[in-house]
Amino acid sequence: MAKKPVSIENLNYEQALAELEEIISNLENEPSGLERSVAMFERGKVLIQHCQKLLDSAEMKVQQLEEDGSMSPLEE
Amino acid sequence: MIDHSIGFKQQAYSVSDLNAYIRALLESNENLMDIWVVGEVSNFSKPRSGHIYFTLKDMDASVRCVIWRVHANRLAGAFSDGMRVEVHGYVSVYEGGGQYQLYVDGIRAVGEGRLYQEFLLLKDKLAAEGIFEENRKRPIPPEPKLIGIVTSPTAAALQDMLKSLLSRFPMVEVVLSPASVQGEAAPAEIVKALERLNKLVHPDVILIGRGGGSLEDLWAFNDEQVVRAVAASEAPVISGVGHETDFSLTDFAADMRAPTPTGAAVMAVPDISDINILLNGWNLLLEQMMVNILEQQRLKLKERKNGLDLLSPGWQIKQRMQRLDNSSLRMDYFVNRYFLQQRQQLELTEEKITSSDPRHILGRGFALVEDKDGSVITTIKRVQLGQDISVYVSDGTISADVTGVKEKE
Repeated sequence: MAKKPVSIENLNYEQALAELEEIISNLENEPSGLERSVAMFERGKVLIQHCQKLLDSAEMKVQQLEEDGSMSPLEE
Repeated sequence: MIDHSIGFKQQAYSVSDLNAYIRALLESNENLMDIWVVGEVSNFSKPRSGHIYFTLKDMDASVRCVIWRVHANRLAGAFSDGMRVEVHGYVSVYEGGGQYQLYVDGIRAVGEGRLYQEFLLLKDKLAAEGIFEENRKRPIPPEPKLIGIVTSPTAAALQDMLKSLLSRFPMVEVVLSPASVQGEAAPAEIVKALERLNKLVHPDVILIGRGGGSLEDLWAFNDEQVVRAVAASEAPVISGVGHETDFSLTDFAADMRAPTPTGAAVMAVPDISDINILLNGWNLLLEQMMVNILEQQRLKLKERKNGLDLLSPGWQIKQRMQRLDNSSLRMDYFVNRYFLQQRQQLELTEEKITSSDPRHILGRGFALVEDKDGSVITTIKRVQLGQDISVYVSDGTISADVTGVKEKE
């Protein structure tokens, strides 16, 4: 896994989940140095928290596709 | 006045006999046993008995209809006064009133029969083209990001779907492509709405549907163009048309069929609570992995420390000291053993020497006799009478003369 300088805060749910899966498979399969393992572990923990936060705060975005192809927010 | 030409030969039947005869006649007629009749409902009544009575009529005629209680509950909601319906049943006679009636066991909206025939024909045609083949069906992505919905913006079905999506998977983005879902314009609007979604929005999955209604209400979803558009959709389609028991051709063509609009939303997205369970599981897994990794590192560290100790000067000195200790111990051992052996040897020799010393024998009462010259006298032949001899005993010497010699007998 290449070092990803991407701030977790900027990851969307899918990206965070994908990286989390990567970290777990890395920790599971490839023996790496302690420092890197600890770094991955800590990033994994933060990713999980981030995912949970995103799940908790997600607000579904609903739009309506008009005949002319434009989009407008849907009034519920 | 009696017309005597009829004569008195024939016996008169009772009214009961007559009605029973007519009844048997009608009930045995194949055309009347299993018949559909169309007309308008009037005089609907459902007395305590639980049976339903009504009159079916058209412009010029009417017929009494009965629905026995066994069917009444199932059919009561399906019609009311003023409705034009098609009823199914058999013709028989109410003997008490001498009135023939229609005994009804099924009711459908007018035209449903024709619609159903069309439905079957179209279904066969499209099936022959392979449109409903299982191997055409695409998998639904497990976690769609963008969902397209084709339904009426005013329909309850839309609210059902949105509610279900929101509660299960609020990360998703939804685009409604509006279309009327019943009436003449519906099929064309549905086709266009599907095309617009696929062309402009490229959703991961499309939900199409509407709530329950009569077969006629749902008819747009049996329209050939709609069915073809669903089959041709770029994004996989989940259909949820009507109720659990309603099947439309759109259902057959869709990649997945849901029993209702809500069901379609449920199938489209995972449940957030399942995801939370998964995340918690991963959290535990991660922690367990970290514990394992630390434990491994600790073991490795211990091994390294042992390895390092072997190379340290202190250990080397200890090692040598120990070797030295070992040598000196071994030396002590050998030296001791040597001396012990020597001492034993010495003692042995001493004993031997001691036992061979004649004086040792003297101690036990024997005596040694020598002549003047110091030669040991061992035989009488060596002595003469009067000769001086020395007799040695254990603690001294006796000087003596030989006063007699006597040979052993």
